[in-house]
This record gives sequence, structure tokens and C-alpha cells, in this order.
Amino acid sequence: MSALPPAAAAGAAHAGGYVADPRVRWQEWLPWLLAAAAFFAAPDYLSLGARILIFILFALSLDLILGYAGIITLGHSAFFGVGAYVAGILGAKLGVTDPLVQLAAAAAAAGVLGVLTGAIILRTTGLTLLMLTLAITLVFLEIANKATSITGGADGLAGVVVAPVLGLFRFDLYGKTAYLYALAVLFVCWWLVRRLIYSPFGASLTGIRENAVRMHAIGAPVYFRMVAVYAISATIAGIAGALLTQTHQFVGLNVLGLEPSGELLIMLILGGVGRLYGAFVGPFVYLIAQDYLAKQFPEYWYFGIGLILVLVVLFARGGILGIVDAARARLRRRSA
Amino acid sequence: MNAVLETRALCKSFGALVVADSVGFRLAPGARHALIGPNGAGKTTLLNLITGRIEPSSGEILLAGEPVTGLRPAARVKRGLGRTFQINTLFRQLAVIDNVALAIAERDGVAGGMFRPASRQRAVIDEALALLATLGLAEDARARVADLPYGKQRLVEIAIALGLKPKVLLLDEPAAGVPSLESHRILEVLDDLPRDIAILIIEHDMDLVFRFAQRITVLSQGAVLTEGTPAEIAADAAVRQVYLGERHG
Repeated sequence: MSALPPAAAAGAAHAGGYVADPRVRWQEWLPWLLAAAAFFAAPDYLSLGARILIFILFALSLDLILGYAGIITLGHSAFFGVGAYVAGILGAKLGVTDPLVQLAAAAAAAGVLGVLTGAIILRTTGLTLLMLTLAITLVFLEIANKATSITGGADGLAGVVVAPVLGLFRFDLYGKTAYLYALAVLFVCWWLVRRLIYSPFGASLTGIRENAVRMHAIGAPVYFRMVAVYAISATIAGIAGALLTQTHQFVGLNVLGLEPSGELLIMLILGGVGRLYGAFVGPFVYLIAQDYLAKQFPEYWYFGIGLILVLVVLFARGGILGIVDAARARLRRRSA
Repeated sequence: MNAVLETRALCKSFGALVVADSVGFRLAPGARHALIGPNGAGKTTLLNLITGRIEPSSGEILLAGEPVTGLRPAARVKRGLGRTFQINTLFRQLAVIDNVALAIAERDGVAGGMFRPASRQRAVIDEALALLATLGLAEDARARVADLPYGKQRLVEIAIALGLKPKVLLLDEPAAGVPSLESHRILEVLDDLPRDIAILIIEHDMDLVFRFAQRITVLSQGAVLTEGTPAEIAADAAVRQVYLGERHG
């Protein structure tokens, strides 16, 4: 189903399945150690850090459907955007300021939307599916644009009030709370996604990606499973969107439409599709490169991003993690 | 004896093209039954009608005496109908054992579990390993299917279907494309299939058909031309005409 090369080959990292060891390997603690170290070592970059963590969560949700289930989409921003606006409207208009309540509401709204849209569009495949996903996020973009009294329209929704996390930790000017809060939410979601990938359900998703015809022929409820994973992915994307609102205390139209979806796709492809940690590496490299290039070459920074993507697509179709895997395999062969 | 699989007056046409013409067909329990006929005779169409990939224009399909016409393919699988594909339809990037375990887990109803690791499904894994061992694939269990030689991939085709523990197994040209040096291995596997499974095989390789089948049904232009033992079919003048393309009369 997926138009992308199957990166998650058996034997590659975190493909799941019945003989995969589900225990957390030592390397998998590295991102968390790095995130903790960055908190102390780079206090001036915590808002960029929080942004990276949020996009890692967003990319993780995309990897679940694209990398594992093989559902290709250009409309994942619909869920991200709905989550962002639900949290924003609650905080700015309805006086619901508790961050965890906002998060739960955003997750629920995005999840329900995932079930409703997934149930319709997952009856299609290929280009039809791709266009439908795009259409859905464009519809929401237009709604957010026109419903100015609720969403602020093109001006965005400012003044989102977010109470201290658990009544204790205020969102500060330096982004310390935002960073740790995003890190904690990402950690919980990562753990759940990882469990899912190593479960029988996760194995059946890779089965659907590899051969939906055969999954039907072994009696699997293919459509039901696809809607289920689509809704789970939408829920996580909604959480990521809410996090963005809460850490910025602002929502703009740029959370919806083709651009954030495409950017997310680029981040995931850059990191590596269907590898779990491609969703970590991609946004990390992309957003830091963007930050650096935008400062150095304010007019041409997109050229740098484009160049990176062209190089990855030409020479490393498994993304950055694909290069790492290939290098490790070569080392192992040499030492053997 | 009651048939485990039966079709009654099964018809399918695409516009003016009749691809199944009132096909009546019975598969006895434990049968070794072959379906033969020249290209375009409607063999694969009949298979697709039985499995539910296409719906008949009219007629009925019964599985173990129960009508299954109109049921979705997955529901027929749950009732004991397994199949293999003429063109490999495998989970190519997955390990051989995962190919089989996916089928076993579906049959056992544990394939939807979201929290416990798949590797803790010991019963599924042990059964998959035992099944692979009977097919001589034990050493390939962890290999990626895409990396296997073609002959072994054909065996994985059969292994996935056997993982469903079907009552009726439909084999669509199991030896298709396998070099003759390796095809004896497929034949051995077919000979060793459990006797309680009723098997319907579609095959072009007549040596294989006459060695394997106890009964043969000949299809021609979507209709049943004749049915009989291999000896009867070999001696049948109409069958020869169909195969040699001679004109009637």
C-alpha cells in the first residue's frame, strides 16, 4: 500500500513481530539521556527543545500509520491542528485552563475525528486515499480560517491561558516547564507506542503493510485494524498539537493544511520510516538545521533543507537511521 | 457422504462474458481433488467465487453444509476455508515465522492484542515452529521471506494456509514457477498434508495432478465438462479434445 520503500525490514530495528525481543535496549535510553542533558547544558534553547520534542511526538504518530501500517497520508495535520485548536479554545475562550484537562480533551477530539474520518477514507487506497487525507486537513484549515469568532482566523488565537501543571509548575519565560512537560508526555506516549509495535496488533499492522490481500485471506479484520491504528495515531497527533498550543500559549493557522503535513513527512523520511526512532532523529536534525540555517542564511535556508532531503532520498532511502544501520552491519561483517 | 464444500448452479458473468456457467461441484471430506482445464476455463474465477473475493451472479456456495454465499472472505476463513495463491502473496519483508504466526494468531483470536508483547504468545510461536519443521523450513524460521529461494517461498505460501488449520484447503497452482528440480519437494509436502483436510488443487502440471488427485473435475468455458477418477479423465475423449484444441464432430 505504501508508496515508500519498506524500511522496516525484518532484522531492522524495531520492526516488531513474534520473535522480536521486546525489551528496551540500552541504546534506547540515549535520547532520554540526551534530552535530560540538554535541559542543563543548553538552557537558552529550551523553547527550541520543546518544539523538537513536540514534533518528535507528532512524527511518532505518523510513523505508526505510515511506517508500520503502510497508510500514506498528507493530512495528518488535521489531527495536530484540531488538538491545537481544542486546547487553545478551551484555554482562551472557555476558561478551562488545566493543562492535563486540555490535553485529554484535545486527545479525545482528535481520536474521535480519527475514527470518523478513518472509517470513511480507509475504504480507499493509494492516490485516492492520499487526496482524501489532504482534503480533510484543508477543510479544517478553511473552517479555522473562517470561524474567526472562535479561532481568531488568520490572526490566530492569542491569550491561551494554561494553568500550572498539576497546580505546581508554572509555564515560565525560559521554557523550563514547557520542556519538561513535553518530555514527560512524549515519554509516556513513546512507551505506549513501543508496546503497541511489539504487540500482536503491531505485528498484524506490518502484515497489512506488507500484503493486505493475504491478511484478508487469513481472516484478519483488516479494515477494523486500520481504523483502530488510524484513531490511535490521530489521538497522539492531537496531543502533540495541544502541547504546541500550551507551550506557545497561541494557535495559528499554520498547524493545519498541507504545509505542516508535508514538513512532518519530510522529518520522518529524513529520520527513517518504520523504525520508531526515525521519528526522534528526523525532527531533531530537521528543526536544528532549520534553526541554524534560518539564522545564518535568512533568505536561503529552505535551500539547505531541500538539499538534505534530496541527498537522503537519493543515497539513503532508509533515512539517517538507515545509514547508521548499514554502517553497523558493515562493521559487524568486517569483525566477523 | 456430506460434502465439506459444495457449489450449486454457480454462475458469474461480466456483461456478456460468462466465466462461471452453472457450476455444481462437491468436495468430500479428506478429498484430494484437482480442478483442471485449459487457460481461461474459469478455474481461478471459481476459486475466487468460493473464497468470496468475487460475488456470484446467481447460485449457492455451502461450506460444511452451511450456506456462505454473500459472506465476506474473512468470515469464510473463520469457517475453515483456507487458500494459497498462484502468485506468491506473502509478507515479504517479515520473517518466515512471522508469516505463519500471523495466520495462527488470527485463527486463535489473539492477533488483536495491543499490550502484551507478541513474543509472549508462546503457544502461537511453538505451533508456528512445529508447522515450519514439518515443511522442512525450521532452519529458515528467522530468515526474511524475500531472501528465500522461490521454491521455499512456495512452501511458505502453503505454511500460512496450514496455520489456519482449515477444513478445506484450496491450492492455486502450488508448483507454479518452481524449477522441476525443486518441485519434488512441493510434491512431498502435498503428499504429507493432514488427511483430515479436504484439498482442492488447481494445477497445470499434469504429472502432479495425476499423482496427487483421487478425483479430477475438468472445466471448460466456465462449465464443468466432466468429473471422474484420474483414469477416467485420462481416457475421456472430450477432455482430450478440449486440451488438444480439436474441433468437435
